[in-house]
Amino acid sequence: MNVYADNAATTAVSETALEVMLPMLRDLYANPSSLHSPGQRVKEELEAARHTFAKYLNAAEDREIVFTSGGSEADTQALRSAAVLGARKGKRHIVSTAFEHHAILHTLEALKKEGFEVTLLEIPPDGVITVDQVRDAIRENTCLVSVMFANNEIGTIQPIPEIGALCHEKGVLFHTDAVQAAGRLPIDVQAMHIDMLSLSAHKFHGPKGVGVLYARRNIPLTNVIYGGAQERGRRAGTENTPGICGAAAAFQESCETMEETNVHLTAMRDKLIAGLSQMPHAVLNGSAEKRLPGNVHFCFEGVEGESLLLWLDSKGISASSGSACTSGDLDPSHVLLALGRPHEVAHGSLRLTLSGDNTMEQMDYILEQVPAVVNYLRNISPVWDELEKGQRPHLI
Amino acid sequence: MALYSEKVMDHFMHPRNLGKMEDADGIGEVGNAKCGDIMRMYLKVDQDTQTITDASFITFGCGSAIATSSMATELIKGKPISEALALSNQAVVEALDGLPVQKVHCSVLAEEAVQAAVKDYYDKHDIAYDHTIFGECGGNCACCHQHD
Repeated sequence: MNVYADNAATTAVSETALEVMLPMLRDLYANPSSLHSPGQRVKEELEAARHTFAKYLNAAEDREIVFTSGGSEADTQALRSAAVLGARKGKRHIVSTAFEHHAILHTLEALKKEGFEVTLLEIPPDGVITVDQVRDAIRENTCLVSVMFANNEIGTIQPIPEIGALCHEKGVLFHTDAVQAAGRLPIDVQAMHIDMLSLSAHKFHGPKGVGVLYARRNIPLTNVIYGGAQERGRRAGTENTPGICGAAAAFQESCETMEETNVHLTAMRDKLIAGLSQMPHAVLNGSAEKRLPGNVHFCFEGVEGESLLLWLDSKGISASSGSACTSGDLDPSHVLLALGRPHEVAHGSLRLTLSGDNTMEQMDYILEQVPAVVNYLRNISPVWDELEKGQRPHLI
Repeated sequence: MALYSEKVMDHFMHPRNLGKMEDADGIGEVGNAKCGDIMRMYLKVDQDTQTITDASFITFGCGSAIATSSMATELIKGKPISEALALSNQAVVEALDGLPVQKVHCSVLAEEAVQAAVKDYYDKHDIAYDHTIFGECGGNCACCHQHD
């Protein structure tokens, strides 16, 4: 049986998106900046796509939607724009969290070198930042708070409306990286007091290479890409019109079917969590309740994540891990370390992320294969041998 | 291209000489759980000929850690101890048709596991040896930060 359970990495392009994209690749190929009729026809499609995003995010105006090459570019532009605005007012302090995506963390690193101060909030054991943490971190010179909507590894959902309300009360800009949440959770930028939001189309069954930066109308954006006057001068380069229109179709479909899909996802997720929790020395990472409907994330003591992934792959299961060996880094996932998991435990992590295309039969198969593979790897593991003999203390 | 060669995958999925050895003459354990790799190697030695008659292992680690352990045991089985001590990590890498650059440290661990097991055999059997041939720790896993 083949089970694709890595939907936080990327999703399959939906039929709906594909049907919108194919004619745009084949026939509606004109440049939307061109004056001629074919160009203007494509321009209409582009603006309709913009309207779709504005509508489903409840943006006040279509022009608040800027198309980018993806989530990383949108994150980078949001942070850089807020930094430029802050610096003008002498505000050079930014609040974010220790478990943001690297698109945020590495941009913050770059800003630090340019003289900004950054406070990264520590991650509570349940993987959910509190509003009080944000309140305590905001200073007189804070120009931006950036907190992700939902974490990309452990799937925990942050109190975005509350943090947004706090930021507006304090007069601080609020950005959220909603790459994992868009199309999966209801988002209302006005009701949630969100000033800037990033999303990426390929996480909700749209194509790769398309992102959106929502920025409230009165926030001037700083260019990351220079060139022509596309996107009202805020993002140069001929628009990826097939991708953008496919993304809008996928977003609309995801938002309209969200309620129904989430019932199915939650049932599958909770079945996996219940089943895997039965295993000895296995622990769910992050809150069981405040988490994305399709996210299951466990640590298994005594095994290493890459071996686990390779074995599951041989059984037809595509999953992900935060072990050092899979990250190409010396350290395991910064998210798991931020959550307080020791290195030894973080190496044995497994992320299963579901989409509406997954089935209950597939969950049964996962619940059959994961324990079998973990048991096999534990049986050939000197670490597990020492844990069992009491020569090494169990950490979970 | 896949991450690993077919040979690495073969030794990962079907490890040779896998398992603990109850009556081992020498046991070597190297690596660090914090870094994500630990290899334990077992040797059976013919006292008269100083030949490794059997070798086995258990390993906690990634695909290449398991594959290099497996290959290392294959390369030293039936060989005189002197040859086992001369086993280089490059020989293990070559026998596996190569490893990705970031995984080469696993082959170094395999080399060190063999040496640690021989040293343990010497120590347990009161066999005199030149201490300088065994390093304390190769310092190959930079993640332990003991060699910064």
